Amino acid sequence: MTVGTPKHRELGLTDAEYELIVEKLGREPNDVELAMFSLLWSEHCAYKHSRKLLRRLPTEGERVVMGPGENAGAVDVGKGFAVAFKVESHNHPSAVEPFEGAATGVGGILRDVFAIGARPIAILDSLRFGELDSPRSRHLLDGAVRGIGHYGNSIGVPTVGGEIYFEEPYEHNCLVNAMCIGFAKTKDMVRAAAAGPGNAIVLMGASTGRDGIGGASVLASAELGEGDEAKRPTVQIGDPFEESKLLECCLELLAKGLLVSLQDLGAAGLTSSAGEMASAGGVGIDIDVAAVPLREADMEPFEIMVSESQERMLAVVEPARVAEVRAICEMWQTGSAVIGSVTEGGAIRILRGDEVVGEMPVEALVDGCPLYDLEPAEPDGWIYGNRATLAEGASSEEELLALLGAPSIASKRWAFEQYDWIVGSRTVRRPEQADAAVLNLPEAGNAIAVSIDGNGRRVACDPYEGTIEAVLECAQNLACVGAEPLGLTNCLNFGNPEKPTGAWQLDRAVSGLADACNALGVPVVGGNVSLYNEGPEGPIYPTPVVAMVGELPDPAQVAGGAFLAAGDAIGLIGPFEPSLAGSELAKQRGELKMGLPRPEVADVAAACEIVRDAVRAGKLSSVHDVSDGGLAVAIAECAIAGGIGCETNVEHLRERGAQPEEALFGEGPGGFLVSGDRAVLEELGAVLLGTVGGDQVSIGAGDRSLSVKLAEAHGAWASLAARV
Amino acid sequence: MIWGVLQFPGSCDERDALHACEVHGDGARLVWHESRDLDGVDGIVVPGGFSYGDYLRAGAIARFSPAMEAVAEAAAGGAPVLGICNGFQVLCEAGLLPGALLRNVELRFRCHQVDLIDERGGERLSIPAKHGEGRYYAPEAMLDDLEANGKIAYRYAEGHNSNGSVRDVAGVTNERGNVLGLMPHPEHAVDPLTGSTDGLRVFDRVTQVTA
Repeated sequence: MTVGTPKHRELGLTDAEYELIVEKLGREPNDVELAMFSLLWSEHCAYKHSRKLLRRLPTEGERVVMGPGENAGAVDVGKGFAVAFKVESHNHPSAVEPFEGAATGVGGILRDVFAIGARPIAILDSLRFGELDSPRSRHLLDGAVRGIGHYGNSIGVPTVGGEIYFEEPYEHNCLVNAMCIGFAKTKDMVRAAAAGPGNAIVLMGASTGRDGIGGASVLASAELGEGDEAKRPTVQIGDPFEESKLLECCLELLAKGLLVSLQDLGAAGLTSSAGEMASAGGVGIDIDVAAVPLREADMEPFEIMVSESQERMLAVVEPARVAEVRAICEMWQTGSAVIGSVTEGGAIRILRGDEVVGEMPVEALVDGCPLYDLEPAEPDGWIYGNRATLAEGASSEEELLALLGAPSIASKRWAFEQYDWIVGSRTVRRPEQADAAVLNLPEAGNAIAVSIDGNGRRVACDPYEGTIEAVLECAQNLACVGAEPLGLTNCLNFGNPEKPTGAWQLDRAVSGLADACNALGVPVVGGNVSLYNEGPEGPIYPTPVVAMVGELPDPAQVAGGAFLAAGDAIGLIGPFEPSLAGSELAKQRGELKMGLPRPEVADVAAACEIVRDAVRAGKLSSVHDVSDGGLAVAIAECAIAGGIGCETNVEHLRERGAQPEEALFGEGPGGFLVSGDRAVLEELGAVLLGTVGGDQVSIGAGDRSLSVKLAEAHGAWASLAARV
Repeated sequence: MIWGVLQFPGSCDERDALHACEVHGDGARLVWHESRDLDGVDGIVVPGGFSYGDYLRAGAIARFSPAMEAVAEAAAGGAPVLGICNGFQVLCEAGLLPGALLRNVELRFRCHQVDLIDERGGERLSIPAKHGEGRYYAPEAMLDDLEANGKIAYRYAEGHNSNGSVRDVAGVTNERGNVLGLMPHPEHAVDPLTGSTDGLRVFDRVTQVTA
């Protein structure tokens, strides 16, 4: 600690916040209390720069079982079952130590889901790195992918989908967002509120060590910069075997009705779990740090209270059932200890044996942090760099191959083959087989589809429209497999909200998210916010990662994204109006600037419905949404996936005001590329583009027409493995 | 045919195996690793996963479990025993099957659909494989013996041996043929909805030996 700097500032609290703590306590806090306040009043725990904005989001809907405020959101899927889901970031730990950062990100999100009594059935992840030609990015990518695989594979939860983008602004601050889907009997689900004064507080799972101390305040709520190596000890270390036992143990305890409530220990460890449980239940909690099983005997009370050791859960148990709970923990070879009790009144007291070492009102600790208004200001123009990588005067063929080989667009097989995507026997569509992951739910007699999306580059061009597009992209991906949205969660990854541009990006993005969700009638059931994602060269692209869960009645009727049969007609459904603004081609040409066209959300929603119904009726051979790289890339991807070429023409898009180049590579929401019977496509109102067949990908576009060999297109698209 | 599926702390695929056994046979139940009770069980699956966290070495701790002692007795009595992935590693560690499994030649976990050839009749099966330590190894003399005595159950089809297994070996049996271990996952291939039903042929093979 620097001599002369007040302790509270070292811990990330402002002078005004410190004074407020003194006022609320009526005295100066001691070290234990200061450590606990500094964590729960950090951005990571208190959402002090985002909470006011998040009130804009619609959170109610007929199918919502659990909404924001619980460990995970959940929606009803019928027959007494619910699907729980949540996305959380582990960005800063992953930027410091990618393997453990990503692994513990997965471990943390799994605990959030089984904390509410749902069995995790799938993981998805959303990753962002700097450009692939940077050694740092390749190191972070390799570590994060191995870390995700290590944890997910070892615990027997399939990783069924995700996305990876490579963009310069993530060079120093990669993003690792992990999502978990859980499945539960609705009646077995449990909330996180402590209740019943006199009940025991039981800490289950791993013992408590010095790992991750200060993670929430020092790591998660400050910009990254020089000296990050020194922060390595604050990154937690995961052990999926511990978690596997803990998971089975908790699910058994819940199924037997032995727990009053359950909460995972994540950021800020015992401090936040105990604080949040007490706050939600309107009760107090006593914790005796002397009863906490430790890895190192000489740990100080504040260290025990803030440790972020992984694979731990906190339960409230009626005294008469403690013995039974501990016996089940023993059977699963997972630790358990009674470390305190629920009390009347609203104080959280920390004891060491008989000695009180900290005592704070729960209200002050958990809900007392001041919430700040942002001071947004729109930047004058494009604030990020953009180096051109495509030669001037490149032909359409060269452009198509450059786009197919762009790391953000190219096949991610190298990554997803490192993940077990099949354990659990629910995976109806494997990664890259369709636009959304599809999971069979035989217990409920139906299936769910999941999509996770968020193109930061487009959000940087226009935070409001770009965020709407991210929601639409998810809705379109669900429509491609015949699914109807049930609920949405999100992870808002942004730069410093105390800077005007960061504030403006966040403010506009949240408005876009709210407006899109309202227009589509999709409730937001939870979310996570990760701010201060900045490196020495500036902020990341504003990156709202949106994840949507939808329902489909019959998993046997799911279209894929591959052309199936020679002779099938190819068509375009939806109000797709291609523009080069914010596109991958504009990026490669070094032409990025502010602004995106405004989509008609209602028209996109109508197109989703047409496609969804057609897929459910088994009318289409293939469906793929038009996304990164535009229509030409979508056509090539369907051909590559099917191993069969096509003869197409996109000049019809001139009627929508698109120049040939825009028709080929322009991007925007609302487009579905479909194939199937010509009469069916006409009946659906598709614009006919051509026919499946041959070994060339041919696309007519006036003076920009192109034709490449299917094998050549495949080679470009499959080139990632050789470059990582 | 009633199956028993072993369950260790750290098992991952025991529920999938249980389901596959129910599809294939007349019933199935889990057998806890601390139990020696195989009453009413005709055949046993030692499933995939990371038993005891795979600490020390894959399968090295699980082989000492009470359940594995019971499995060894049942195998000696001729009961069908199918070891899948980690279960294969456990059976090798326990000495019920010859050889050992080493880290994949690319040193990475890989999950993908592979084609296997059944060495008995040349049948080609499409089944998912997923492992980081699946490179089959045995000394040359032992391999010659395995080949000469028909103890190589499955080989990877040409172009499908991604883990570097010696002589493309994907699965082996014991002398009698009632104990079969393989790295790919037949329990994940019993439903056309999730990709293939070829896995049931593997369950057929290990049960037909003793029938």
